[in-house]
Amino acid sequence: MSVFVTNLLLLLFLVFLLVLVIMTRRLFAVVVLAGAYSLVSAAMFVNLDAVDVAFTEAAVGAGISTVLFLATMAYLPGREKVLPPSGRIGNAMAAGIICVFAGALLVAAAVELPAVGDPNAPAHVHVAPRYLAESDSFLHIPNVVTTVLASYRGFDTLGETVVVFTAGLGVLVLLSGFTRTRRAAQDRAGVKEDSDA
Amino acid sequence: MIDPVSIITDSWNYLIVICLMMGGLFIVISQNNLVKKLVGLAIFQTSVFLFYITVGKMAGGTAPILLDSADVAYSNPLPHVLILTAIVVGVATTALGLALVLRIHAAFGSIEDDEVLTIKAEAALPRVTRAASETDSEARS
Amino acid sequence: MRDNPVLRTCAKILFAPIIVFGLYVQFHGDYSPGGGFQAGVIIAAAFILHALIFGLEAGRRLVPQWLNLALLAAGVLLYGGVGVAGMSMGGLYLDYNVLLPDPSAGQHVGIILVEFGVGLTVTAVMLALFHAFAGFNPERFGDETSDEADHSRGGS
Repeated sequence: MSVFVTNLLLLLFLVFLLVLVIMTRRLFAVVVLAGAYSLVSAAMFVNLDAVDVAFTEAAVGAGISTVLFLATMAYLPGREKVLPPSGRIGNAMAAGIICVFAGALLVAAAVELPAVGDPNAPAHVHVAPRYLAESDSFLHIPNVVTTVLASYRGFDTLGETVVVFTAGLGVLVLLSGFTRTRRAAQDRAGVKEDSDA
Repeated sequence: MIDPVSIITDSWNYLIVICLMMGGLFIVISQNNLVKKLVGLAIFQTSVFLFYITVGKMAGGTAPILLDSADVAYSNPLPHVLILTAIVVGVATTALGLALVLRIHAAFGSIEDDEVLTIKAEAALPRVTRAASETDSEARS
Repeated sequence: MRDNPVLRTCAKILFAPIIVFGLYVQFHGDYSPGGGFQAGVIIAAAFILHALIFGLEAGRRLVPQWLNLALLAAGVLLYGGVGVAGMSMGGLYLDYNVLLPDPSAGQHVGIILVEFGVGLTVTAVMLALFHAFAGFNPERFGDETSDEADHSRGGS
Protein backbone atom coordinates (compact mmCIF):
# COMPACT_ATOMS: atom_id res chain seq x y z
CA MET A 1 0.00 0.00 0.00
CA SER A 2 2.78 2.42 0.93
CA VAL A 3 4.60 1.54 -2.30
CA PHE A 4 1.49 2.41 -4.25
CA VAL A 5 1.11 5.75 -2.48
CA THR A 6 4.81 6.60 -2.96
CA ASN A 7 4.61 5.78 -6.67
CA LEU A 8 1.50 7.89 -7.10
CA LEU A 9 2.90 10.88 -5.20
CA LEU A 10 6.20 10.85 -7.09
CA LEU A 11 4.46 10.63 -10.47
CA LEU A 12 2.07 13.45 -9.59
CA PHE A 13 5.02 15.57 -8.44
CA LEU A 14 6.61 14.96 -11.85
CA VAL A 15 3.43 16.12 -13.59
CA PHE A 16 3.46 19.26 -11.41
CA LEU A 17 7.09 20.01 -12.34
CA LEU A 18 6.24 19.54 -16.01
CA VAL A 19 3.42 22.07 -15.83
CA LEU A 20 5.77 24.53 -14.10
CA VAL A 21 8.34 24.13 -16.88
CA ILE A 22 5.71 24.93 -19.50
CA MET A 23 4.54 28.04 -17.67
CA THR A 24 7.87 29.55 -16.55
CA ARG A 25 9.43 32.31 -18.66
CA ARG A 26 12.80 32.78 -16.97
CA LEU A 27 15.24 30.31 -18.51
CA PHE A 28 17.36 29.95 -15.37
CA ALA A 29 14.31 28.71 -13.46
CA VAL A 30 13.42 26.34 -16.31
CA VAL A 31 16.89 24.78 -16.20
CA VAL A 32 16.76 24.31 -12.43
CA LEU A 33 13.28 22.77 -12.74
CA ALA A 34 14.66 20.32 -15.30
CA GLY A 35 17.32 19.30 -12.77
CA ALA A 36 14.61 18.83 -10.15
CA TYR A 37 12.65 16.68 -12.62
CA SER A 38 15.70 14.45 -13.09
CA LEU A 39 16.20 14.09 -9.34
CA VAL A 40 12.56 13.17 -8.65
CA SER A 41 12.62 10.62 -11.47
CA ALA A 42 15.80 9.18 -9.90
CA ALA A 43 13.76 8.71 -6.71
CA MET A 44 11.08 7.03 -8.85
CA PHE A 45 13.72 4.70 -10.30
CA VAL A 46 14.75 3.64 -6.79
CA ASN A 47 11.10 2.89 -6.09
CA LEU A 48 11.03 0.67 -9.18
CA ASP A 49 14.09 -1.30 -7.93
CA ALA A 50 16.41 0.21 -10.55
CA VAL A 51 19.21 1.40 -8.27
CA ASP A 52 21.96 1.53 -10.92
CA VAL A 53 19.72 3.56 -13.19
CA ALA A 54 18.82 5.93 -10.33
CA PHE A 55 22.52 6.44 -9.56
CA THR A 56 23.27 7.24 -13.19
CA GLU A 57 20.24 9.48 -13.63
CA ALA A 58 21.07 11.48 -10.52
CA ALA A 59 24.73 11.85 -11.49
CA VAL A 60 24.29 12.42 -15.22
CA GLY A 61 20.82 13.92 -15.56
CA ALA A 62 20.66 16.09 -12.48
CA GLY A 63 24.41 16.69 -12.29
CA ILE A 64 26.19 17.02 -15.61
CA SER A 65 23.17 18.01 -17.66
CA THR A 66 22.28 20.87 -15.31
CA VAL A 67 25.94 22.02 -15.24
CA LEU A 68 26.03 22.14 -19.04
CA PHE A 69 22.73 23.99 -19.25
CA LEU A 70 23.88 26.57 -16.68
CA ALA A 71 27.23 26.98 -18.43
CA THR A 72 25.31 27.70 -21.64
CA MET A 73 22.95 30.15 -19.93
CA ALA A 74 25.92 32.38 -19.11
CA TYR A 75 26.04 33.49 -22.75
CA LEU A 76 22.34 33.55 -23.58
CA PRO A 77 19.48 35.97 -22.79
CA GLY A 78 17.74 35.11 -19.55
CA ARG A 79 14.09 35.28 -20.56
CA GLU A 80 12.21 33.74 -23.42
CA LYS A 81 10.50 36.08 -25.83
CA VAL A 82 6.75 36.29 -25.18
CA LEU A 83 4.68 35.94 -28.35
CA PRO A 84 1.36 37.77 -28.74
CA PRO A 85 -1.57 35.64 -27.49
CA SER A 86 -2.60 34.69 -31.04
CA GLY A 87 0.82 33.23 -31.76
CA ARG A 88 0.92 31.39 -28.45
CA ILE A 89 -2.52 29.84 -28.90
CA GLY A 90 -1.72 28.82 -32.48
CA ASN A 91 1.49 27.08 -31.37
CA ALA A 92 -0.22 25.42 -28.43
CA MET A 93 -3.16 24.18 -30.49
CA ALA A 94 -0.97 22.61 -33.19
CA ALA A 95 1.25 20.96 -30.60
CA GLY A 96 -1.77 19.94 -28.53
CA ILE A 97 -3.44 18.14 -31.44
CA ILE A 98 -0.28 16.21 -32.25
CA CYS A 99 0.27 15.30 -28.59
CA VAL A 100 -3.33 14.17 -28.03
CA PHE A 101 -3.21 12.01 -31.14
CA ALA A 102 0.15 10.43 -30.26
CA GLY A 103 -0.92 10.03 -26.64
CA ALA A 104 -4.10 8.24 -27.68
CA LEU A 105 -2.11 5.81 -29.81
CA LEU A 106 0.31 5.15 -26.93
CA VAL A 107 -2.51 4.60 -24.44
CA ALA A 108 -4.23 2.19 -26.81
CA ALA A 109 -0.99 0.21 -26.96
CA ALA A 110 -0.15 0.49 -23.26
CA VAL A 111 -3.42 -1.02 -22.04
CA GLU A 112 -2.57 -4.19 -23.98
CA LEU A 113 0.64 -4.62 -21.98
CA PRO A 114 0.68 -7.05 -19.05
CA ALA A 115 -0.11 -5.56 -15.66
CA VAL A 116 2.74 -3.69 -13.94
CA GLY A 117 4.73 -6.19 -11.88
CA ASP A 118 3.24 -9.35 -13.34
CA PRO A 119 5.85 -12.11 -12.80
CA ASN A 120 4.68 -14.05 -15.87
CA ALA A 121 5.05 -11.15 -18.30
CA PRO A 122 7.07 -12.07 -21.41
CA ALA A 123 9.75 -9.57 -20.41
CA HIS A 124 10.57 -11.59 -17.30
CA VAL A 125 10.72 -15.12 -18.71
CA HIS A 126 12.94 -14.68 -21.77
CA VAL A 127 16.67 -14.23 -21.01
CA ALA A 128 16.52 -12.51 -17.61
CA PRO A 129 16.29 -15.75 -15.53
CA ARG A 130 19.36 -17.10 -17.34
CA TYR A 131 21.35 -13.91 -16.65
CA LEU A 132 20.35 -13.98 -12.98
CA ALA A 133 21.20 -17.68 -12.61
CA GLU A 134 24.52 -17.56 -14.46
CA SER A 135 25.72 -14.46 -12.62
CA ASP A 136 25.49 -16.54 -9.47
CA SER A 137 26.68 -19.96 -10.63
CA PHE A 138 29.27 -19.16 -13.31
CA LEU A 139 30.44 -15.56 -12.86
CA HIS A 140 30.09 -15.21 -9.04
CA ILE A 141 29.42 -11.46 -9.46
CA PRO A 142 26.51 -10.13 -7.37
CA ASN A 143 25.64 -7.04 -9.43
CA VAL A 144 23.72 -8.53 -12.35
CA VAL A 145 23.36 -5.16 -14.08
CA THR A 146 27.16 -4.88 -14.34
CA THR A 147 27.54 -8.39 -15.71
CA VAL A 148 24.82 -7.87 -18.30
CA LEU A 149 26.25 -4.44 -19.22
CA ALA A 150 29.88 -5.53 -19.57
CA SER A 151 29.65 -9.17 -20.54
CA TYR A 152 26.32 -10.32 -21.93
CA ARG A 153 25.61 -7.04 -23.76
CA GLY A 154 29.21 -5.90 -24.15
CA PHE A 155 28.78 -4.78 -27.74
CA ASP A 156 26.08 -2.30 -26.79
CA THR A 157 28.37 -0.79 -24.16
CA LEU A 158 31.18 -0.53 -26.71
CA GLY A 159 28.85 1.37 -29.02
CA GLU A 160 27.76 3.63 -26.18
CA THR A 161 31.35 4.44 -25.22
CA VAL A 162 32.06 5.39 -28.81
CA VAL A 163 28.93 7.59 -28.84
CA VAL A 164 30.14 9.45 -25.73
CA PHE A 165 33.57 9.84 -27.34
CA THR A 166 32.01 11.18 -30.55
CA ALA A 167 29.85 13.65 -28.63
CA GLY A 168 32.94 14.95 -26.83
CA LEU A 169 34.73 15.34 -30.16
CA GLY A 170 31.73 17.07 -31.70
CA VAL A 171 31.45 19.62 -28.89
CA LEU A 172 35.20 20.28 -29.04
CA VAL A 173 34.95 20.94 -32.78
CA LEU A 174 31.91 23.19 -32.36
CA LEU A 175 33.04 25.23 -29.36
CA SER A 176 36.83 25.08 -29.17
CA GLY A 177 37.35 25.62 -32.85
CA PHE A 178 39.39 22.68 -34.02
CA THR A 179 38.22 23.33 -37.58
CA ARG A 180 40.23 24.08 -40.70
CA THR A 181 38.12 27.09 -41.71
CA ARG A 182 38.67 28.88 -38.41
CA ARG A 183 42.41 28.27 -38.53
CA ALA A 184 42.52 29.47 -42.15
CA ALA A 185 40.59 32.61 -41.20
CA GLN A 186 42.98 33.28 -38.34
CA ASP A 187 46.03 32.73 -40.56
CA ARG A 188 44.57 35.14 -43.06
CA ALA A 189 43.96 37.73 -40.37
CA GLY A 190 47.45 37.11 -39.02
CA VAL A 191 46.22 36.24 -35.54
CA LYS A 192 48.42 33.92 -33.54
CA GLU A 193 46.29 31.02 -32.38
CA ASP A 194 46.44 30.43 -28.66
CA SER A 195 46.46 26.70 -28.12
CA ASP A 196 44.68 27.04 -24.78
CA ALA A 197 41.00 26.37 -25.36
CA MET B 1 -10.60 -1.38 -23.53
CA ILE B 2 -13.26 -3.76 -22.31
CA ASP B 3 -12.78 -3.37 -18.56
CA PRO B 4 -11.94 0.23 -17.57
CA VAL B 5 -11.42 -0.68 -13.89
CA SER B 6 -8.69 -3.18 -14.71
CA ILE B 7 -7.08 -0.62 -17.01
CA ILE B 8 -6.81 1.82 -14.13
CA THR B 9 -5.60 -0.69 -11.53
CA ASP B 10 -3.18 -2.55 -13.78
CA SER B 11 -1.77 0.19 -15.95
CA TRP B 12 -2.17 3.53 -14.17
CA ASN B 13 1.65 3.84 -14.03
CA TYR B 14 1.79 3.65 -17.81
CA LEU B 15 -0.99 6.21 -18.24
CA ILE B 16 0.65 8.87 -16.06
CA VAL B 17 4.03 8.30 -17.69
CA ILE B 18 2.43 8.68 -21.14
CA CYS B 19 1.05 12.03 -19.95
CA LEU B 20 4.59 13.05 -18.96
CA MET B 21 5.89 11.97 -22.36
CA MET B 22 3.26 13.97 -24.18
CA GLY B 23 4.01 16.98 -21.99
CA GLY B 24 7.65 16.83 -23.00
CA LEU B 25 6.67 16.47 -26.67
CA PHE B 26 4.35 19.46 -26.29
CA ILE B 27 7.24 21.59 -25.02
CA VAL B 28 9.47 20.51 -27.92
CA ILE B 29 6.86 21.33 -30.57
CA SER B 30 5.19 24.44 -29.21
CA GLN B 31 7.98 26.47 -27.60
CA ASN B 32 10.03 28.78 -29.81
CA ASN B 33 12.97 29.22 -27.46
CA LEU B 34 15.75 26.76 -28.34
CA VAL B 35 16.86 26.18 -24.74
CA LYS B 36 13.30 25.37 -23.68
CA LYS B 37 13.05 22.94 -26.60
CA LEU B 38 16.15 21.14 -25.33
CA VAL B 39 14.73 21.03 -21.80
CA GLY B 40 11.51 19.56 -23.20
CA LEU B 41 13.54 16.94 -25.08
CA ALA B 42 15.36 15.99 -21.87
CA ILE B 43 12.02 15.67 -20.03
CA PHE B 44 10.65 13.50 -22.87
CA GLN B 45 13.69 11.22 -22.71
CA THR B 46 13.45 10.82 -18.93
CA SER B 47 9.76 9.94 -19.19
CA VAL B 48 10.54 7.26 -21.78
CA PHE B 49 13.10 5.83 -19.36
CA LEU B 50 10.43 5.74 -16.64
CA PHE B 51 8.10 3.83 -18.97
CA TYR B 52 10.78 1.29 -19.80
CA ILE B 53 11.82 0.69 -16.20
CA THR B 54 8.17 0.25 -15.22
CA VAL B 55 8.04 -2.65 -17.70
CA GLY B 56 10.92 -4.32 -15.87
CA LYS B 57 9.48 -4.05 -12.38
CA MET B 58 8.42 -7.28 -10.72
CA ALA B 59 5.87 -7.16 -7.92
CA GLY B 60 7.49 -8.17 -4.62
CA GLY B 61 10.92 -8.09 -6.23
CA THR B 62 14.06 -6.31 -5.17
CA ALA B 63 17.01 -4.66 -6.91
CA PRO B 64 18.91 -7.11 -9.16
CA ILE B 65 21.92 -7.42 -6.86
CA LEU B 66 22.19 -11.02 -5.78
CA LEU B 67 21.71 -11.67 -2.08
CA ASP B 68 22.91 -14.75 -0.23
CA SER B 69 19.46 -16.10 0.63
CA ALA B 70 17.67 -18.16 -1.98
CA ASP B 71 14.08 -17.82 -3.13
CA VAL B 72 14.20 -14.02 -3.63
CA ALA B 73 12.49 -12.44 -6.61
CA TYR B 74 14.64 -9.96 -8.52
CA SER B 75 13.42 -7.27 -10.85
CA ASN B 76 14.42 -7.71 -14.48
CA PRO B 77 17.98 -6.40 -15.03
CA LEU B 78 17.77 -6.12 -18.80
CA PRO B 79 15.74 -2.87 -19.03
CA HIS B 80 18.11 -1.33 -16.47
CA VAL B 81 21.07 -1.99 -18.73
CA LEU B 82 19.36 -0.59 -21.82
CA ILE B 83 18.28 2.54 -19.96
CA LEU B 84 21.79 3.07 -18.56
CA THR B 85 23.02 3.27 -22.12
CA ALA B 86 20.14 5.51 -23.10
CA ILE B 87 20.78 7.99 -20.25
CA VAL B 88 24.40 8.49 -21.27
CA VAL B 89 23.51 8.82 -24.94
CA GLY B 90 20.84 11.34 -23.92
CA VAL B 91 23.31 13.57 -22.16
CA ALA B 92 25.65 13.34 -25.15
CA THR B 93 22.81 14.53 -27.40
CA THR B 94 21.94 17.35 -24.98
CA ALA B 95 25.56 18.51 -24.90
CA LEU B 96 25.75 18.63 -28.70
CA GLY B 97 22.42 20.42 -28.87
CA LEU B 98 23.61 23.07 -26.39
CA ALA B 99 26.83 23.58 -28.35
CA LEU B 100 24.74 24.17 -31.47
CA VAL B 101 22.54 26.67 -29.57
CA LEU B 102 25.65 28.60 -28.51
CA ARG B 103 26.91 28.76 -32.11
CA ILE B 104 23.48 29.80 -33.39
CA HIS B 105 23.42 32.61 -30.84
CA ALA B 106 26.91 33.71 -31.86
CA ALA B 107 25.92 33.72 -35.53
CA PHE B 108 22.40 35.19 -35.40
CA GLY B 109 22.18 36.99 -32.08
CA SER B 110 18.99 35.25 -31.03
CA ILE B 111 17.81 31.87 -29.79
CA GLU B 112 14.14 32.23 -30.75
CA ASP B 113 13.14 29.92 -33.57
CA ASP B 114 11.09 32.45 -35.56
CA GLU B 115 13.68 35.25 -35.26
CA VAL B 116 16.49 33.00 -36.52
CA LEU B 117 14.40 31.95 -39.52
CA THR B 118 13.55 35.59 -40.29
CA ILE B 119 17.20 36.65 -40.18
CA LYS B 120 18.18 33.76 -42.40
CA ALA B 121 15.43 34.58 -44.91
CA GLU B 122 16.40 38.26 -45.01
CA ALA B 123 20.04 37.42 -45.67
CA ALA B 124 19.35 34.74 -48.28
CA LEU B 125 19.21 36.70 -51.54
CA PRO B 126 22.07 39.21 -51.24
CA ARG B 127 24.38 36.50 -49.82
CA VAL B 128 24.62 34.62 -53.12
CA THR B 129 25.84 37.58 -55.17
CA ARG B 130 28.11 38.84 -52.37
CA ALA B 131 29.76 35.43 -51.84
CA ALA B 132 30.34 35.10 -55.61
CA SER B 133 32.11 38.47 -55.79
CA GLU B 134 34.22 37.58 -52.71
CA THR B 135 35.46 34.30 -54.20
CA ASP B 136 36.21 36.02 -57.53
CA SER B 137 38.39 38.63 -55.84
CA GLU B 138 40.13 35.96 -53.73
CA ALA B 139 40.90 33.82 -56.81
CA ARG B 140 42.37 36.80 -58.63
CA SER B 141 44.61 37.86 -55.71
CA MET C 1 35.51 32.65 -5.98
CA ARG C 2 39.05 31.87 -4.92
CA ASP C 3 38.96 34.82 -2.51
CA ASN C 4 36.25 33.28 -0.39
CA PRO C 5 38.05 31.29 2.37
CA VAL C 6 35.11 28.95 3.02
CA LEU C 7 34.80 27.88 -0.63
CA ARG C 8 38.56 27.58 -1.08
CA THR C 9 39.01 25.43 2.02
CA CYS C 10 36.04 23.20 1.25
CA ALA C 11 37.21 22.65 -2.33
CA LYS C 12 40.68 21.71 -1.14
CA ILE C 13 39.36 19.33 1.52
CA LEU C 14 36.74 17.69 -0.72
CA PHE C 15 38.86 17.17 -3.83
CA ALA C 16 40.62 13.96 -2.76
CA PRO C 17 37.66 12.23 -1.01
CA ILE C 18 35.49 12.75 -4.11
CA ILE C 19 38.11 11.05 -6.28
CA VAL C 20 38.48 8.21 -3.76
CA PHE C 21 34.69 7.76 -3.74
CA GLY C 22 34.69 7.74 -7.52
CA LEU C 23 37.34 5.01 -7.59
CA TYR C 24 35.34 3.05 -5.00
CA VAL C 25 32.22 3.24 -7.18
CA GLN C 26 34.28 2.22 -10.22
CA PHE C 27 35.91 -0.88 -8.82
CA HIS C 28 33.13 -1.91 -6.44
CA GLY C 29 30.65 -1.91 -9.30
CA ASP C 30 30.64 -5.68 -9.24
CA TYR C 31 29.25 -5.87 -5.69
CA SER C 32 27.08 -2.77 -5.30
CA PRO C 33 25.41 -0.26 -7.63
CA GLY C 34 28.09 1.46 -9.62
CA GLY C 35 30.30 0.94 -12.60
CA GLY C 36 32.07 2.97 -15.23
CA PHE C 37 29.54 5.70 -16.03
CA GLN C 38 28.72 6.76 -12.50
CA ALA C 39 32.40 6.70 -11.47
CA GLY C 40 33.42 8.73 -14.51
CA VAL C 41 30.90 11.44 -13.69
CA ILE C 42 31.90 11.54 -10.01
CA ILE C 43 35.63 11.89 -10.74
CA ALA C 44 34.90 14.55 -13.36
CA ALA C 45 32.82 16.38 -10.73
CA ALA C 46 35.91 16.65 -8.52
CA PHE C 47 37.89 18.34 -11.29
CA ILE C 48 34.94 20.54 -12.22
CA LEU C 49 34.65 21.68 -8.59
CA HIS C 50 38.33 22.59 -8.60
CA ALA C 51 37.96 24.54 -11.86
CA LEU C 52 34.85 26.34 -10.57
CA ILE C 53 36.53 27.56 -7.37
CA PHE C 54 40.07 28.26 -8.53
CA GLY C 55 39.41 29.38 -12.10
CA LEU C 56 39.46 27.79 -15.53
CA GLU C 57 43.20 28.38 -16.10
CA ALA C 58 44.07 26.62 -12.84
CA GLY C 59 41.80 23.74 -13.86
CA ARG C 60 43.51 23.60 -17.27
CA ARG C 61 46.94 23.49 -15.63
CA LEU C 62 45.81 20.49 -13.59
CA VAL C 63 44.53 18.58 -16.64
CA PRO C 64 46.06 20.02 -19.85
CA GLN C 65 44.24 19.81 -23.17
CA TRP C 66 46.51 17.10 -24.57
CA LEU C 67 46.02 14.90 -21.49
CA ASN C 68 42.26 15.31 -21.74
CA LEU C 69 42.21 14.21 -25.36
CA ALA C 70 44.60 11.33 -24.66
CA LEU C 71 42.38 9.99 -21.85
CA LEU C 72 39.37 10.36 -24.11
CA ALA C 73 40.87 8.07 -26.69
CA ALA C 74 42.59 5.76 -24.19
CA GLY C 75 39.29 4.60 -22.70
CA VAL C 76 37.82 3.56 -26.05
CA LEU C 77 41.14 1.97 -27.04
CA LEU C 78 41.21 -0.03 -23.80
CA TYR C 79 37.71 -1.35 -24.46
CA GLY C 80 38.52 -2.28 -28.04
CA GLY C 81 41.89 -3.65 -26.96
CA VAL C 82 40.25 -6.12 -24.56
CA GLY C 83 38.17 -7.36 -27.49
CA VAL C 84 41.25 -7.74 -29.69
CA ALA C 85 43.07 -9.52 -26.86
CA GLY C 86 40.21 -11.99 -26.73
CA MET C 87 40.62 -12.59 -30.46
CA SER C 88 44.38 -13.02 -30.18
CA MET C 89 43.94 -15.71 -27.54
CA GLY C 90 41.74 -17.78 -29.80
CA GLY C 91 38.23 -16.63 -29.00
CA LEU C 92 35.81 -14.25 -30.68
CA TYR C 93 35.88 -10.45 -30.37
CA LEU C 94 35.08 -9.38 -26.79
CA ASP C 95 35.09 -13.00 -25.60
CA TYR C 96 36.27 -12.86 -21.99
CA ASN C 97 36.30 -16.62 -21.40
CA VAL C 98 39.69 -17.05 -23.12
CA LEU C 99 41.55 -14.21 -21.39
CA LEU C 100 42.68 -16.39 -18.47
CA PRO C 101 42.90 -20.20 -18.06
CA ASP C 102 39.84 -20.19 -15.76
CA PRO C 103 36.82 -18.88 -17.74
CA SER C 104 35.04 -17.25 -14.81
CA ALA C 105 38.27 -15.50 -13.72
CA GLY C 106 38.70 -14.38 -17.31
CA GLN C 107 35.19 -12.93 -17.26
CA HIS C 108 36.00 -11.09 -14.03
CA VAL C 109 39.16 -9.55 -15.48
CA GLY C 110 37.43 -8.67 -18.72
CA ILE C 111 34.57 -6.92 -16.92
CA ILE C 112 36.90 -4.90 -14.67
CA LEU C 113 39.10 -3.76 -17.59
CA VAL C 114 36.17 -2.86 -19.77
CA GLU C 115 34.45 -0.86 -17.04
CA PHE C 116 37.71 0.98 -16.36
CA GLY C 117 37.92 1.93 -20.04
CA VAL C 118 34.37 3.25 -19.90
CA GLY C 119 35.18 5.23 -16.75
CA LEU C 120 38.26 6.82 -18.37
CA THR C 121 36.34 7.95 -21.42
CA VAL C 122 33.38 9.30 -19.45
CA THR C 123 35.67 11.28 -17.09
CA ALA C 124 37.58 12.81 -19.96
CA VAL C 125 34.44 13.65 -21.94
CA MET C 126 32.64 15.32 -19.03
CA LEU C 127 35.72 17.39 -18.22
CA ALA C 128 36.25 18.34 -21.87
CA LEU C 129 32.57 19.33 -22.17
CA PHE C 130 32.82 21.54 -19.09
CA HIS C 131 35.94 23.31 -20.32
CA ALA C 132 34.52 23.75 -23.82
CA PHE C 133 31.31 25.32 -22.50
CA ALA C 134 32.84 27.43 -19.74
CA GLY C 135 35.74 28.62 -21.89
CA PHE C 136 33.57 29.49 -24.87
CA ASN C 137 34.37 32.89 -26.37
CA PRO C 138 31.59 34.15 -28.68
CA GLU C 139 33.83 36.75 -30.31
CA ARG C 140 35.99 34.06 -31.88
CA PHE C 141 33.05 32.80 -33.90
CA GLY C 142 31.03 35.92 -34.57
CA ASP C 143 33.05 37.08 -37.58
CA GLU C 144 33.19 34.04 -39.82
CA THR C 145 29.58 32.86 -39.60
CA SER C 146 27.57 36.03 -39.17
CA ASP C 147 28.57 37.76 -42.39
CA GLU C 148 25.00 37.52 -43.62
CA ALA C 149 23.51 38.73 -40.38
CA ASP C 150 25.76 41.79 -40.25
CA HIS C 151 25.13 42.71 -43.86
CA SER C 152 21.40 42.17 -43.56
CA ARG C 153 21.12 44.46 -40.56
CA GLY C 154 22.55 47.24 -42.71
CA GLY C 155 25.76 47.63 -40.73
CA SER C 156 29.49 47.16 -41.42
